[in-house]
Amino acid sequence: MSHLSDEQIKALELKANDIRISIIDMLEDAGSGHTAGPLDMADIFTAFYFHILNHDPKNPEWVDRDRLILSNGHIVPVRYATMAHAGYFPIEELKTLRKFSSRLQGHPERVALPSLETTSGPLGSGIGQAAGIAYSARMDNRKFHIYVLCSDGELDAGNSWESIMFAGKNKLTNLTAIIDRNNIQINGMTENVMPLEPLADKWRAFNWHVIEIDGHNIQTIVNAVEEAKAVAEKPTVIIAHTIAGKGIKEIEYDYHWHGIPPSSEQEKAWMKELRTLGNKIEASHYN
Amino acid sequence: MLARHLNNIFDITSLKQEPTRDGFGHGLVDSGKSDERIIALCADLSESTRTEWFQKEFPSRYIEVGVAEQNLATIASGMANYGKIPFIMSYAVFSPGRNNEQIRTTICINKVPVKIIGCHSGVSVGPDGATHQALEDIGLMRMLPNMIVVVPCDSVEAYKATTAIAHDDVMPSYLRLGRASTPVLTTEKTHFEIGKAQLFYEVEKSEVTIIACGAMVYHALCAAKKLEGEIAVNVMNLATIKPLDTESILKEAEKSGAIVTVEEHQIAGGMGSAVAEFLAQTYTVPIEFIGVHDRFGQSGTPEELYKEYGLDATSIIQAVRKVVRRK
Ligand SMILES: Cc1ncc(C[n+]2csc(CCOP(=O)(O)OP(=O)(O)O)c2C)c(N)n1
Ligand SMILES: [Mg+2]
Repeated sequence: MSHLSDEQIKALELKANDIRISIIDMLEDAGSGHTAGPLDMADIFTAFYFHILNHDPKNPEWVDRDRLILSNGHIVPVRYATMAHAGYFPIEELKTLRKFSSRLQGHPERVALPSLETTSGPLGSGIGQAAGIAYSARMDNRKFHIYVLCSDGELDAGNSWESIMFAGKNKLTNLTAIIDRNNIQINGMTENVMPLEPLADKWRAFNWHVIEIDGHNIQTIVNAVEEAKAVAEKPTVIIAHTIAGKGIKEIEYDYHWHGIPPSSEQEKAWMKELRTLGNKIEASHYN
Repeated sequence: MLARHLNNIFDITSLKQEPTRDGFGHGLVDSGKSDERIIALCADLSESTRTEWFQKEFPSRYIEVGVAEQNLATIASGMANYGKIPFIMSYAVFSPGRNNEQIRTTICINKVPVKIIGCHSGVSVGPDGATHQALEDIGLMRMLPNMIVVVPCDSVEAYKATTAIAHDDVMPSYLRLGRASTPVLTTEKTHFEIGKAQLFYEVEKSEVTIIACGAMVYHALCAAKKLEGEIAVNVMNLATIKPLDTESILKEAEKSGAIVTVEEHQIAGGMGSAVAEFLAQTYTVPIEFIGVHDRFGQSGTPEELYKEYGLDATSIIQAVRKVVRRK
């Protein structure tokens, strides 16, 4: 971890861009699925799989690996794409998303693909599972860290707060939660559907250390995780402010893109937008 | 023969397809027009559960609770206790899945008229996969005292079932709906009454009666038609699973002497179990169960999954042949 050089940051940003391209490709192939959340979490997933996590794609069952738990399972295309780019399985396999007999189920399943760690999709149950792993790991004096990625919408669920209270009570310092604070859910903006603010104060009241960051800045993401791991006596939550649909201007901030895939025309246009880094460069860095 | 009040479903060219959730959506709007006590509560799924249609018509009688199905059930319980007739809409895995105990205590033991609408039931949910495909909800709901359980076979029946449960301001009910477009079998002329089963396909000297519910009724009818000349089959639409129409079921058991039940649900605890529990105590005949055999669903198209889980007409035909051999 630690400070990243400009070259390292640039490489990670390009990686996140490649992952966004894969997400759009796989969603269009699948013909169903979620677009906004996966795109806005591409930078965070890239930072985790290519820099933060202590893991081995060739040995996914390594007992001392850091655990990355995805609570809001509907954004799993970003995890599949990042894992494929990180070498967990062939990139080709991304084409099987949501198809019959695929390991890449519409919502992540631990039995189909064990390196996903948990099954999710039904919201609000990831923080509890992560806290259970964190509590057990501490009992056995294991040193790996547990990260749980969750959404803002699923903080409507009582189960989330029951688990947040448990982790605060038990001072699970080996647990870090990262919230995709994109301000959208299905029926609209979170503050209209069910207001969450003041969100940071709520977590503080439950005895968590709170960090707020720009969820699209790789260096900031890495720094926040370092700070989280250094905090004694409390679990940490990183509230990552993200832009729903990040990377595709046409859909950014729009909650209607929560749960639909791009059409083939949109796929073509969006691929071009990403391959030219938003028309900043003429040639693509790959075809 | 196919009952005369039905559409000619064997003519593929005229077959109309529509999801049962659409029939529900229209039924809720029309019920809302005739009874101001009707309230719609939703947990962040208003478009896909068709609650949006009611919301547009009656914005002040629409309540958004966010992604919080346990709260959905308890708020509705309080409103029903006060005198409203609340409908609560979500996917069946979440409601009545996640909020089962809240439904048990605050709706059923309380005996208040909350109407639970479980959309996206069965493997036909498709690409979302196992986590979103409810296969246990009939069991969960029919085990609760005071609960009425209805599984409409098409969108037209879903409309009638919705208006029927809306009229009842005493009892809680559960309406099980599907995501996929499925054939519209019934018409305006088809009679619907809670607690009454109906023969949709009737032959002389039936040797087997298939009892089906939900979208499986269509598959059962196709199986009966294909078996014509080989085995004489009746098909019953058992839309209400609770209270069970024991009189009609007994009549079929006596007449045909063999039963095949067909449902898009786990075999354990579902509609077939309800039929078997009754017949085991009154009139024993061989029974075959078509349903999901102790597995979870997975991603795929509805057609792929119907085949994989043995819920298509081919599997029903095999079960009918088997049950005849067991007579
Ligand atoms: C318990 C539960 N209830 C309902 C749903 C249906 N659902 C899927 S995603 C979602 C919206 C949640 O908001 P968020 O995760 O913030 O969505 P995003 O930002 O990715 O658009 C809902 C209600 C679910 N998956 N789980
Ligand atoms: Mg969100």
